[in-house]
Parts: sequence; C-alpha cells; structure tokens
Amino acid sequence: MKRFNLNALMTRNPALFALILLVLAIVVNYILQPNLFARDTLNSNMRVFLPIILLSVGQAVVILGGGIDISVGGIVSIVNTILATRVGLEGSPEAMWQYVAVSLLAGVLAGAINGFFIAYLRLQPIITTYATSFLYFGFALFILPNPGGGIPAQIASLYRNTSPLGLPLAFYVIAIVLGAWWYIRSTRYGNYLFAVGGKAQAAYETAVPVTLVQFSTYVISGLMAAFSGIAITMLSGSGNAEIGSAMTLNSITAVVIGGTAMSGGVGGVAGPIMGAITLGLIQNIISFAQINTWWETLVKALIIVIALATPGIINLFKITSQRAIGRPE
Amino acid sequence: MKRFYLSPPVAALLLAVILFLLSGLLPNGFGSDLNVARAQALNILRLSVFLGVIAAGQTLVIISGFEGIDLSAGSIVTLTAILTYVTVSGADEKVIPALLISLAVGGFIGFLNGAGITFLKISPFVMTLGMSGVVTGAIIIVNQGNVTGKVAPIMTRLIARPFSPEFPIPNALIIWLIFGFLMWLLLERTTFGKNLFAIGVNRVTAKLSGVNVTGMNLAVYSLAGALAGFGGFLVVGNTGVVMIQLGQPFLFPSIAAVAVGGTLLSGGKGSYWGTMAGAIVLTLITSLLTTMQMPDSVRRMVLGATLLLLISIYGRQRALRQ
Repeated sequence: MKRFNLNALMTRNPALFALILLVLAIVVNYILQPNLFARDTLNSNMRVFLPIILLSVGQAVVILGGGIDISVGGIVSIVNTILATRVGLEGSPEAMWQYVAVSLLAGVLAGAINGFFIAYLRLQPIITTYATSFLYFGFALFILPNPGGGIPAQIASLYRNTSPLGLPLAFYVIAIVLGAWWYIRSTRYGNYLFAVGGKAQAAYETAVPVTLVQFSTYVISGLMAAFSGIAITMLSGSGNAEIGSAMTLNSITAVVIGGTAMSGGVGGVAGPIMGAITLGLIQNIISFAQINTWWETLVKALIIVIALATPGIINLFKITSQRAIGRPE
Repeated sequence: MKRFYLSPPVAALLLAVILFLLSGLLPNGFGSDLNVARAQALNILRLSVFLGVIAAGQTLVIISGFEGIDLSAGSIVTLTAILTYVTVSGADEKVIPALLISLAVGGFIGFLNGAGITFLKISPFVMTLGMSGVVTGAIIIVNQGNVTGKVAPIMTRLIARPFSPEFPIPNALIIWLIFGFLMWLLLERTTFGKNLFAIGVNRVTAKLSGVNVTGMNLAVYSLAGALAGFGGFLVVGNTGVVMIQLGQPFLFPSIAAVAVGGTLLSGGKGSYWGTMAGAIVLTLITSLLTTMQMPDSVRRMVLGATLLLLISIYGRQRALRQ
C-alpha cells in the first residue's frame, strides 16, 4: 500500500517545503497585485531580490559545510563603498569593470580571512564572523565615511533594465548559479562538502580534507557576497557603508526557509534561492495588503516564524495521530 | 609535560587590568592621578553590569548545548525596558510590579523559544532569531513612535548612583556581585545546575541517567528570557530613557562575553564568573576605544581585531586529529 509519507519526502527533497511556500507567496501576491507577471513588474521585483538571492547562495554553502557567516553584510558594504568611491558617478565603463574585478578579489580575500580563522585556527564560526564583521564594516566606513558617491547611470541602468528575451536578468543569473551548483554537486568536492557538514569528525577519519573544504566554503561565501554587493550597488547606484547591515540576517532566514538545516549537511542552494524570493514576496504582500505601518514588522516576523514552525507542527500532529491509532513510531 | 595554564576567567580579568593600566598612559588617560583612575575603573565596572546580566541568560542557554543560543535577548531587553518605563512612570511604589512584569514577560518569551525548540524541533538559532523579529514587531506596536513614562527616583538611586559618598562603590556593582553569587549557586550547587551541564555534554546520556531533558530545555530558555528581562529593567534604570534600539547592541556582545569567559559555545562547560570577566573586558575595550579619539571606522576595526585576538586565545575548538 502506498502511504503518503511527508517526512521521508521532505528529507529527500529539502527544497520541497520551500517550493510550497514560494508557490503560496506567488499566489497571494498575484491576487493582491494582478500585474505581477507583467514584464516590467517582474523585472523590477527580481532586480530587488537578486542581491539577497546571491547572498543566500553563499550563506547556504557555508551552512551546508557546518558553519555560519554573519560577516557577509560587511563584505557587501566593502564592495559597495569600493565601487561608489573608485568608479564615481562620472566614471567610465572600463573603470567600472576594473573595479568589479577588484571587488570580487576583495570578497574572496575577506572570505579567506574568515576561512583561515575558522578552518585553520579552529575558532567558533558565529563569534569569528561577528568579529570580522566589525573589521569589514569598519573598513567600509573607512573607505566611505558618509553616504555618497555612486556609479555611472548607464551602468546602473544596464542592471536595472536588461531583459533578454523579455525575461529579467536575474533569471539568467539564477540559472547560471544553479548550473554551477549542480556541476559542483556532481564533483568530488560536492561530496566532501556534504560529508564535512554532516559530521566533520567522521569525514576527517575517512580522509576528507575537512580543513580545506571548510576554508573553501567561506571563500565561496565571500565571493557570492561580492557579487551581491555589485548587484546592490548597480541597483541603488550610490554608496553607503551601512548598506549591508540589514542583509546578513535576511540571508540566513532565506537559507532556513529554503530547507537547509542549520546543523549542516542537509539542503542545497535551490531552496535558499526560493527562500530569498519568498522573503521578498512577503515584503511585497505586506505593502500591498495595506497593513497599518506599525504592524508591518510584526506581521512579517509572524509569517516567517509560522513558515519555519509548520514542518514541526505537521510532524507533531503526525506523531500524535500515530500514537492514537497505535502505530509504532 | 605540564603546560602553563591560566583559566579563561582569570586570563580575561588579567587582560582587563593590564589594558586598564596601559590606558592610563594615553594622552587623555588618568596618568598618575589615583582618584581619577579609581573613578574610571568603577565607571567601567558599573557599565559592565548591564552586559554581564544580559549575558547571564546567554551563558545558561549556551551551556545547555545542542547549538543553544538566544538571539532574542536584545529585543527582550528593549521590550522590558519600555514596559518598565511605562509601568513605573516616575512612581517609586510601582518599581516592584514593573520588575515582576519584566521578569514575567521575558520569561514568557523565553518559554515560547523553549517550546519551539523542544516540541517543534526548530534549531535554537532560527527559533530565537524569528522570535527576535516578533518581539521587535511587538515593540514597534507598543511604542508607536513614542512612549510616555519615566523611571522612578528610587531606580536611579539604586542602579545608577554610588552607594554613599564615603563608600563610592556603584550600587549596580553590588547588585551584580549578589547576582553573580546567586548564579554560582544555581550552576554549581543545585540539581538544576548539575542537570544543565549534563544535558550540555550529552543529551542522550543525560536522558538515560534520568534527567528530564524536555523540562530542562523549557526551563533554561524561560530562565534566559527572564534574565534578559531583568537586564532590560536594569538598563532603563541606568539610562533613564528608552528607545527602540536600546537592547540590540547588547546581543552579540553578550555571546562574545560568554565566549571570552571560556564557556564552550558547543555547550557542557563554562561558568558565570567567566562571563562576568568577559563582560568587563568587552566593556573596557569598548569604552577605551570611545575615549581614544579616533574615527568610528578605525574604532570598529580595532574592536573586531581585538575580539579575534581574544577568541584566538580561548575560543579554539578541539583539533580534528587527537
């Protein structure tokens, strides 16, 4: 007899719950905003979501590897201030691409610093990246003490208005990221990543280069944070050293809504991408539902908590019903 | 071979003393004036009290293990500070009800955290992070832009002022010492404390040895919430004003204070004395950086580097190869 087993299904496809949430968010948003799928609306939504999507992908890789990175917001800020001060509003496109390369290097370097302290010196991830977040935000503030600067308008509009074949630029970026992820998963490195996140000690004993893998997750996270910083700079067109501060916790929330376990070793990046889009849609829904401004924060937080609690509640319900009919757990 | 070893709390305190003495050499330091030095030292100790009390709940939750952490502590502090401010509104006789409300509200939020973690199997990081958002939302609704209230004179007298002119020890410090003693009793001399360390080391063995793990988990998170609530009560007694971002700056320093004090973030090992020392070191570094006239950017970088250095000494995890 075929039995519907939600638990097994969710363990095998951690992104399933994220997909259900995403569809739900899209439906509600569509009811409140019927032109959601119009070309312009879709594009303007996706270009706002893309920075958090990129950040969540990096965060997901770190969490999969058994760590956490709360310095990503600082890296976003560094990239934003580098671009806003070095390129400038009157800058040339060549200067822009040059400093995009510099920004990516800065992201990799910042990630390498995190990785060095956590993987090689074996410090606790949460407290280490908290300390380095001070370093990074401080450095961003050092580059740009007061909000200002910017990038040339035509480059900003390249990000805002490019839509090949009528689809938002973000779709192509997501496709590339997913493609890269599916390739990585099939490599030996992909197996190592899940092994290290699942149980580092056991991985070490089976000759997995645990330290190197842990180090690499922070480098990847730094690189993704740099991409996120480039995206948000092109979106806003201006510089502000505090731009990344609200993004760190959002990236973690997106990963968790995306079905990636905080303890590591379970999940992927497709879930976090959906999680990030869901978060953005929830924000949309709240502003379209015309909720009293004072209540917005609470409503958003409650939606997120309920979303996080639902799998647990379903589980709890199942256990009770199984007990009721005397089926062994 | 026996290696020279200092326990983390002692090391942290020594570091604090050395840093403080060195700070006297700064251009605007206390120099050779002993009275100024004493006043400065007492002031830094007084400021550490608030971080120290807020970090108490964090210590319990972290010792309880199982990735235990309380990210809602900052918002609980803000909420109970505002509730105290509104409830007391300048009347001495309403201080005790306000304190009870703070403890109850904090404890209730902590209980919800514990329930989510225990029954719904949500990871502590995520549960308390989500709860922090909910509490912040609640604060915004309670606050609605501005609140009217006032702290009572007796609160200012008991928290912000020194004991007496002849004996210039801040009252807050005396409260903290008593509080620290109670925390020591709780951790080292009660069944609760023994069970706490037991579940922090290994939940399965603790359960098999007869510890009520579910009950302990609920109790630990409730207590942590109540202690954060007490922290909010103390903070508003010191500042005398409330704002929506009052508690959040205490959140990550409270975790850092626990780590600097030698409590393992993976649980099962630690002490409140360590957390007290950690709170003093962190407050000292922050206030020194504030008095040294440097731009905000440099100050943040120095703070980050110092934190990294501190945890490099004591926050290291077990090596993979043993």
